Amino acid sequence: MYDAVIAPFVEFGFMRRALVGCLALSLGATPIGVFLTLRRMSLTGDAMAHAILPGAALGYLVAGLSLGAMTLGGVIAGVTVAMLSGLVARTTVAREDSSLAAFYLISLAVGVVIVSTRGSNVDLLHILFGTVLALNDAAIYLVAGIATVTLFGLAVLYRPLVMECFDPGFLRSVSSLSPVGHYSFLVLAVFNLVGGFHALGTLMAVGIMILPAAAARFWTRDLTPLVVIGVLAAFVGGYVGLLLSYHASLPSGPAIILTAGAFYLFSLSFGPDGVIMTHLRPRRHLEA
Amino acid sequence: MDSTILRFDNLTLGYDRHPAVHHLDYAIRAGALVAVVGPNGAGKSTLLKGTIGSLAPLGGAIRLTGIDPSEIAYLPQQAEIDWSFPISVFDVVAMGLWRQRGASRRFGREGDRMVGEALDTVGLGGFERRPIGTLSGGQMQRALFARLLLQDARLILLDEPFTAIDSATVRDLKGLIRRWHRERRTVVAVLHDLDQVRSEFPETLLLAREQIAAGPTEDVLSPANLDHARRLTEAFDEGAAVCVR
Repeated sequence: MYDAVIAPFVEFGFMRRALVGCLALSLGATPIGVFLTLRRMSLTGDAMAHAILPGAALGYLVAGLSLGAMTLGGVIAGVTVAMLSGLVARTTVAREDSSLAAFYLISLAVGVVIVSTRGSNVDLLHILFGTVLALNDAAIYLVAGIATVTLFGLAVLYRPLVMECFDPGFLRSVSSLSPVGHYSFLVLAVFNLVGGFHALGTLMAVGIMILPAAAARFWTRDLTPLVVIGVLAAFVGGYVGLLLSYHASLPSGPAIILTAGAFYLFSLSFGPDGVIMTHLRPRRHLEA
Repeated sequence: MDSTILRFDNLTLGYDRHPAVHHLDYAIRAGALVAVVGPNGAGKSTLLKGTIGSLAPLGGAIRLTGIDPSEIAYLPQQAEIDWSFPISVFDVVAMGLWRQRGASRRFGREGDRMVGEALDTVGLGGFERRPIGTLSGGQMQRALFARLLLQDARLILLDEPFTAIDSATVRDLKGLIRRWHRERRTVVAVLHDLDQVRSEFPETLLLAREQIAAGPTEDVLSPANLDHARRLTEAFDEGAAVCVR
């Protein structure tokens, strides 16, 4: 037992680093994911993750596999696409989802072109699927720093965000914070996607954000436990996923996301608000 | 003499350049109890959205006198709220203390007590921990009124407060509106039920994008005026020319 679930982390530094990276990602990205799902913006996260690609690729072109350059490029590209699509939605007849889709598709195509003309397939795989087993100190500090900023940011934005989700008209009537809250939240989401892409790659980063959050929704109807369950699920997903990839020689990023996905399917089936409890096993009604 | 608290000054509000409220001139006195009535699409809700500042005027202005925009309490239509959001009744009502607590100040015992009192007042005592989505339509509306109570506002805007609400709740909520009126607060309510307007609201603004009539309710709600309002709203023109007024 010890050999199977503890020893890999004791013996290998890269496993410990990967686990720390997963912990940081769970603490930062999953609370963001909870709000994304509650605001019906799950696919927005996906779109923004793709939008980051050309920025990261440009950073790579300029400075090679440099953490700073790729991070900066990714943040700039992600924030630009998020702001542009928000702006287009507010000033033209286009809805936010369609303008975001348009911008991220353009952005993604540009990114793949940049990577494929100048780099090798190995580089493309690195950006798309990450390198959780090769996180260096700088990358771990980056991911942990993003998690810290995210938690403080969410603490400040918490009340306006909840109000914006539940009753946007009310927030606008009592405060001018509505757009500030909206855009700050999008920026935090971009930060976390950039942090996630170093570990899990642009394609998988959004998985650690959305899957645990979506799964937690089947277990509780209150926001605070929703965030706690989501974070726990994300971290356990990272831990189990790393073990799976170690023992079965699977690529680690997809293994982590698959574990989170399995928890989602389990929650969908067996959670108190899941399919089985609500439809297949009706309970006797209460007296009052 | 009472002073004006809210004035619509040649106001035009709308979407995509189409006016929903067209060249409206009207003044509301502090302490007035005003019903806004009119056919569907007459611009009633749009007028309230403009007043809270979530819609910029296409022309003219909305002038507040002696009151800050943050001192306006607004009851949105129920359809604009995400009732499936995982939040408790307590947290919904607590939003009413935004002006004192804001985004970051401590909520505290005092806040707990005020929320509890507001819930007792609207007949939802003991519902604090219930998820908001498990309430009935009438109970949801009671919770939103508790939030309005906590806002302690001098100008209260209600968008269809009684639509699809059971009669016992309507009776209780009307009692709250009367109380606000006695406390010299200004209440502006969008309503559909003309009998309710006649029995509760001394003053009425009849809208059909333009102002049809305004003043004492009995005079405004004459058959001729109501008929005029209906015909004006039906005449919506997709290819309307640019207004030169």
